[in-house]
Amino acid sequence: MTATADRTATTVRVEGPDKVTGAARYAAEHGAEGLAHGWIHGATVAHGRVLSVDVDAARAVPGVLAVFWHGNAPKLSKSPDPFSDVLQSDEVAFRGQVVALVVAETPEIAREVAATLRVEYAVEPHEVVLTDEHPRRYTPKRVNGFEDGDSVVGDPDAALAASPILIDARYSTPAEHNNPMEPHATVAEWSDGHLTVEDSNQGGVAVQALLAKIFLMLPGHIRVLNHHVGGGFGSKGTPRPATVLAAMASRELGRPVKVVLTRQQLFDLVGYRTPTRQRVRLGAGPDGRLRAISHEALSQTSTRTEFVEQSASGTRVMYAAPHRRTTHQVVELDVPMPSWLRAPGHAPGMFALESAMDELAVELGMDPVEIRRINEPDRDPEKDIPFSSRNLLACLDAGAERFGWDRRVPAVGARREGEWLVGLGVAASTYPVLAVPSVAKAMVDVQGRYLVAINATDIGTGARTALRTLAADELGVPAERVTVLIGDTRLPMATIAGGSMGTASWGWAVTKACRKLRRRIDRHGVGPDGLSAKGNTTADVLRLAKRSRHAFGAQFAEVRVNTVTGEVRVPRMVGVFAAGRIVNPVTARSQLLGGMTMGISMALHEHGVMDPRFGDHANHDLATYHVAAHADIGEIDVSWIDEHDPDVNGPGIKGIGEIGIVGTAAAVANAVYNATGVRVRDLPITLEKLLT
Amino acid sequence: MRAFAYDRAGSAAEAVATVTAADGDTVYLGGGTNLVDLMRLGVARPARVVDVSGLPLDAVDELSGGGTLVGAAVRNSTLAADPRLRRDYPALSQALLAGASGQIRTMATVAGNLLQRTRCGYFTDVTKPCNKREPGSGCPARTGVHRDLAILGHSPACIATHPSDMAVALSALDATVHVLGADGGRVLALDDLLRLPGDAPDRDTTLRHGELITGIELPAPSALTRRSAYRKARDRASYAFAAGSVAAAVTVTDGRIDDVRLSFGAVAHRPWRARLAEDALRGGPADAAALGAAVDRELAAAAPFPDNAFKVPLVRRLAVATLLELIGGAR
Repeated sequence: MTATADRTATTVRVEGPDKVTGAARYAAEHGAEGLAHGWIHGATVAHGRVLSVDVDAARAVPGVLAVFWHGNAPKLSKSPDPFSDVLQSDEVAFRGQVVALVVAETPEIAREVAATLRVEYAVEPHEVVLTDEHPRRYTPKRVNGFEDGDSVVGDPDAALAASPILIDARYSTPAEHNNPMEPHATVAEWSDGHLTVEDSNQGGVAVQALLAKIFLMLPGHIRVLNHHVGGGFGSKGTPRPATVLAAMASRELGRPVKVVLTRQQLFDLVGYRTPTRQRVRLGAGPDGRLRAISHEALSQTSTRTEFVEQSASGTRVMYAAPHRRTTHQVVELDVPMPSWLRAPGHAPGMFALESAMDELAVELGMDPVEIRRINEPDRDPEKDIPFSSRNLLACLDAGAERFGWDRRVPAVGARREGEWLVGLGVAASTYPVLAVPSVAKAMVDVQGRYLVAINATDIGTGARTALRTLAADELGVPAERVTVLIGDTRLPMATIAGGSMGTASWGWAVTKACRKLRRRIDRHGVGPDGLSAKGNTTADVLRLAKRSRHAFGAQFAEVRVNTVTGEVRVPRMVGVFAAGRIVNPVTARSQLLGGMTMGISMALHEHGVMDPRFGDHANHDLATYHVAAHADIGEIDVSWIDEHDPDVNGPGIKGIGEIGIVGTAAAVANAVYNATGVRVRDLPITLEKLLT
Repeated sequence: MRAFAYDRAGSAAEAVATVTAADGDTVYLGGGTNLVDLMRLGVARPARVVDVSGLPLDAVDELSGGGTLVGAAVRNSTLAADPRLRRDYPALSQALLAGASGQIRTMATVAGNLLQRTRCGYFTDVTKPCNKREPGSGCPARTGVHRDLAILGHSPACIATHPSDMAVALSALDATVHVLGADGGRVLALDDLLRLPGDAPDRDTTLRHGELITGIELPAPSALTRRSAYRKARDRASYAFAAGSVAAAVTVTDGRIDDVRLSFGAVAHRPWRARLAEDALRGGPADAAALGAAVDRELAAAAPFPDNAFKVPLVRRLAVATLLELIGGAR
């Protein structure tokens, strides 16, 4: 059974009217009295040292208040996160790195002076291209997501060698860039040694903690506000340079300072998905049963930070096979710092694995849904522990039905409509479920009005609305009587909106606080002083039983490939997900729809083109870095399985922020193969790859 | 962005006088969809802009000889929607609608569309060399990022492409351009307005200092212009410049081609009028083999780079398919 969005009054976004009328204010829309404007000047060399910045010439321009560079910037305490380590040394580790901040009375003056700032460098040679056999590739201990770099079960080499059917294929995905609609922006203001920042981020708690560290302050002396955030995709998970620069400049100048990144600067300064190069080997018997799985992933990182995309991580849980191995390698290059982008690891990794599964199905002449069915594990195949719940097969079956999978013709190139070849493809999705301790407070007054306070962050996902629904359900009152306060570090501590764990983590604390409050109301009644209760999930998270916790999904794609031009269109997709409790069907559908849209974009468009000579991504704006336009997206049918999983966390939520992008690109590529017989193993699937 | 002065022109003559009298730092402003972007990027740094978008050059007039004069300030969306032009010059409205986005078309003027600058990433990034932006600084594109750049008519100094869709249709339709200078007006063929880069890639056009485009003239409609089409291949379904495009017009009698026009987009520094192919086709058979051979003859001059070699087969296929479709419809 699947369910889709049903629109009711309580599921409509709480802040929807504020957003469509413009009343909702985002970070850059805040302006304090005496506001000054900072503009970043980025390095124009990829590797070297800053020798000098012509501060005097810049300061001579009327309206310029200050030019900060490492030669005059205040020394800050060392940041554990290189993204917030700015203007602290002369080293240039990548093109676009922050070299100076110009602060002026107007943004126009700051921008012009920053753009024309004269900087002298000692230039050193740079290396920016990731290759399979790069001599400096190494095996990291850990990869992103706190997982081990390598894993092995049994003897995969021997099992692969002995397998009657072997798929051995190499896949690659390009650099992909975070482009939330709202660029990173901060307004910082100091007062009596206290710092307040209006900041576009995915979690004030992370910003507060890092600012406290680098400015050597008590966290309580820093207030971070983020009432409305226009998307993040991971790039706002921890503070980016604008936050630190605004705080630094404001302290030095004794005035509030605003720093906003340009769209172009997002390509250099906020993290992007590393390009990946992957090899997948599948050994199977003639019956299609996997005997061995090997997934090797290579990615790049910057010399400033070790970020390792966990591309082979999804392979650890997907299919049963007695012999298995996953490995990660990474190369430090003179490139901008990669970081999180929606479904780190799983988005590129599942493109490779799910393409390889399709190749195996083709090799065996089996149905791609069936090959997944017969390799379905009953326990976590690597950790050998139970799944808290796993409904991949239910998603595949429901999706096949909704999509009309039975109309697929296995022979390639068999469906032609005029100039167009039509193909169908499928791929599976997965994403891990995490929960992080959070605290919420629930209050009621004598009039029966409820207030729920938690420093959660709504980055456009509908978190505020979902938390209100969870609270109202737990309190047994209509949602209209509940007000949810979020986006302020003065509220009870909560984790960031990231890792698909926001609603699960916050919702757990909220339901716990509300349950406690309801018991108090039942016991004491509500007097003139009202009642309140706190929910803290720290102990609950630690007490979680040892389970393999993952959401699963199935994605089906219909593609049309033009035989004259090679152009690919995706008129139709079906996505079915098993993600535990779906709190708000309206906003949940939007998130999954957005993930699948981004997955189509990843399949067909997104490609940060590294310029080897200059060391930057050459297409650093939205005219040249293509994301799917409206016209690229046809019908997307989103639904979910009714999944009840009490083992996953308190409210039974698995999270839906990321799984929508996982598997989409493979489903599209597999459909392109079905349409044309061309197996595109290197994303994106651009027209020249199909001009055969 | 450099601070600049803004003037709204009272008349075309006044605008021309103002810009002619000034040095190169004073420029015309149309819809601003390209110039303002370039100003933000620091690629264009005018001291003064003279806004000509409000001049009374916003009409589409039928001329006594049967031709049509399209005012320079006519918006792209207005021109694309003109019912008479849609009937008489379908390639033109198809090209306009294939370009940019609805919002941009509503702002952009016809003259601005012709005069838009290349989207080569080296031209638009002031931190990198570019002979077009900074003569003599070099062209990194030949050995760098050039997937979207020229395969025909490029020079050692520049391999940029002209980004307009509309201009490709105008080229195939033999449109001319009306220009006003301090010494009076003149009329140029489109190919005589837009240049190949040669050793002066900083000059996109042959316009003299201060000259203002006042309109574009379409020749009288004919069976040929009515049987015209524009087809564009692109990397996404909307809001993308062409990976390759063609404008074509053809008339056929008894299986033989009477007359034909063919122009390629996204392959050169200006729309590439395929005169060799046209000459080969005129009077010949209207079949796929003959069409392919004629297009090959034109593309024999192509000198692609490693990452844009696909444009040669792409343009060939687009041209043959578009002509075949027009020929099929003629039967």
